Amino acid sequence: MLKTLLSGDYPRSRPLTVVLLLMFLCLALGPFLFPGTRAFSTLGMICVFVIVVASYDLMLGYTHIVSFAHTMFFGIGAYGVAMTMDAMGKGFAPIFIGLGASLLVSLLLALLLGLLSLRVKAIFFALVTLAVAFAFLSLVTQLYHITGGEDGLRVRVPRELGPAFKPFDGELRGFSITTFLTGLFTDPGNLGEVWRESVFKARITGRDLMYYITFFVTVGVFLFLLRLVNSPFGRVLQAIRENEFRAQALGYRTVFYRTAVVIISALLATLAGVLFALINRYVNPENTLNFELMVFILLMCVIGGMGTLYGSVVGAVLFLLAQNYLQDVLKWLGGGLEPGSLLAELVGPERWLLWFGLLFVLSVYFFPAGIVGQLRLWAGRSSSRKQGNGDDTTAAGEQESGNKGKDGPVVS
Amino acid sequence: MSAPQDIFDADTGNRSWWERLRAFRQDKPHLFLLLIMVVIPLFLMPSSTWAVLTLSGLAMGAMLFLMASGMTLTFGLMNVLNLAHGSFISLGAFAGATVLTMWLNDYTSGSLWVNLLAVIPALLFALVVAGLLGVLFERLVIRPVYGDHLKQILVTVGGSIIVMELLQVIWGSNEIPVPRPEALRGALLISDAIPIIGGIALEKYRLLAVILGLGVYALMLWVIDRTRLGILIRAGVENREMVEVHGYRIRLLFLAVFVAGSALAGIGGAMWAMYREIITAHMGEELMISVIVVIILGGLGSVRGCFYGAVLVGLINLYVGYLEPRLAAVATVGLMVAVLMWRPQGLIPVIKV
Repeated sequence: MLKTLLSGDYPRSRPLTVVLLLMFLCLALGPFLFPGTRAFSTLGMICVFVIVVASYDLMLGYTHIVSFAHTMFFGIGAYGVAMTMDAMGKGFAPIFIGLGASLLVSLLLALLLGLLSLRVKAIFFALVTLAVAFAFLSLVTQLYHITGGEDGLRVRVPRELGPAFKPFDGELRGFSITTFLTGLFTDPGNLGEVWRESVFKARITGRDLMYYITFFVTVGVFLFLLRLVNSPFGRVLQAIRENEFRAQALGYRTVFYRTAVVIISALLATLAGVLFALINRYVNPENTLNFELMVFILLMCVIGGMGTLYGSVVGAVLFLLAQNYLQDVLKWLGGGLEPGSLLAELVGPERWLLWFGLLFVLSVYFFPAGIVGQLRLWAGRSSSRKQGNGDDTTAAGEQESGNKGKDGPVVS
Repeated sequence: MSAPQDIFDADTGNRSWWERLRAFRQDKPHLFLLLIMVVIPLFLMPSSTWAVLTLSGLAMGAMLFLMASGMTLTFGLMNVLNLAHGSFISLGAFAGATVLTMWLNDYTSGSLWVNLLAVIPALLFALVVAGLLGVLFERLVIRPVYGDHLKQILVTVGGSIIVMELLQVIWGSNEIPVPRPEALRGALLISDAIPIIGGIALEKYRLLAVILGLGVYALMLWVIDRTRLGILIRAGVENREMVEVHGYRIRLLFLAVFVAGSALAGIGGAMWAMYREIITAHMGEELMISVIVVIILGGLGSVRGCFYGAVLVGLINLYVGYLEPRLAAVATVGLMVAVLMWRPQGLIPVIKV
């Protein structure tokens, strides 16, 4: 059962399994574990960005296609649904019309980009997508009478998905982990008191419904992608990544596969954009189309681990937590320093991206397979140490495969 | 970078004009495109507007050329795609602006030569600072990833984040106004002496940009075509190993080209800062789009192509910006896509990517 669900692609590292299970539980029970709107929106963003990053990984990690137009497709989804709802009013019909229309637009654009990448070689593709995405961004910003320009659009979701809608009358109990943990550290003697404090009332509203829709779509998309990369199709993609010329010589039409990958990941990004518009209920160029967002997606993908879909989950969770909470940590760190000095500027809360950029560059040099790849590498080493009884040849063989794994993501 | 053959030689003399046009389009696509680009807007706007826009487009093209030439050379010689090039532009802008502000505050007298003299140290400082960052960047960021395009893209994107954040640490994250020397403000008025065009006003600063751009272009062509260094550079583009076999240390050559490219980006940034008179740390990122379009248009690695690409992008920006301001960016990228459909290798290709 589990094997079918995960398509035989297990995390293959005990710490990774634990971490992923923990993340899954936190996301699944999210609204009952973390009170407050900020935590709630962070949870929603994590779900949306898992789709975005996983679909980006399909291109970057599995096929080594660098595209800078992923936010464009994300934005097409978000703006598609926002604009149809702006024009047609509330209701579920505009959502589905918007979804269909934006998927169609994405399909056509991705096909065009794919055809362009046919004519020009790999490195051109990165540059061309960057330029096209920028043109799209400027178009959206300039055509303000339909897109709202810099101000963006407010998405009025149907009542069933809004905070005013209450499907059940009764109240549920939530248990705030954060309160519990802080209580545990500050006041360990008073367990009962801490326990009672951390229980809070949770009412199910339409927003929770929307969250769970997003969550289940995310899980579905993730399992679909796992299936895809472990299918014969996925094998061909990895073959293209390792040696395109050889894959061609074996008789695969690599151009077809590359175009297909670009289209699939564009469509998934569009879907994520639609979910984003519905859960965030506000769409503007900055939160959907910006080049900075594209860099963020790249960061999440690489830090988590290119070529491992689990890596995109880890990367998205880590990055979004850092984006939302690292500023607080830095503020706390910088509190002791005198304001205005260079050091204080360096650890200032708005400089969190500096540290993430540094982490990113270092991780490309030293852990090219990202967090997940590195965990798998360690797991592989320790298991080989258990098996090989000081046999030099097998150890050398493992070392060899370990080094190989450093270049490309580890895929058995 | 072989010299294009002359198409109007003796045995083509009796061809029909249509065949000549086709041969022209085939052999000199950059001139063909430039001609079309200049002639078509002439019918869409008054001729005096057209003249002003053309000069402004040339000025913008000259500045874009300064910024883009470094990136295209880096790619041509070292096969390194430096996406952090935009941060060098930003750095040059901030460095130039700092010198300019200090200098102009010291000499408020506003005499023409003092004013004009402020520009030179500002540009030099931008050049030196961006060049120094280039040395650091090549050593720390790019050297470990030679020959791996994917990692180059990732690492240089990361490096550009770091540099931009550091810029904000040093200069703050707000916009900074840049004073333009008094001597470069205003315009030269040309009276009705010229036929057809009539009286126009040429902005002095744009004239300066055009002169500087042409000067740098000529210098680069001279270095590449006529000097020993240029021979080595061209040989390195063609076949790196062969140059090494001859006993030249191509690493040093790489470093020199990278630093020169960074320094040029710095100058371009400083020029742009004085042109726009306001700068932010993210200006480099925005300019990167135009720079990328320029080097793709010209053909990655080609200095000549980069020049024509820059002029084309500058012109289309200004023409379309006048006719329909909202579509300027779209038209720029559209031009790139159209050229790629026509000639996938760019206008003047030098290397097989």
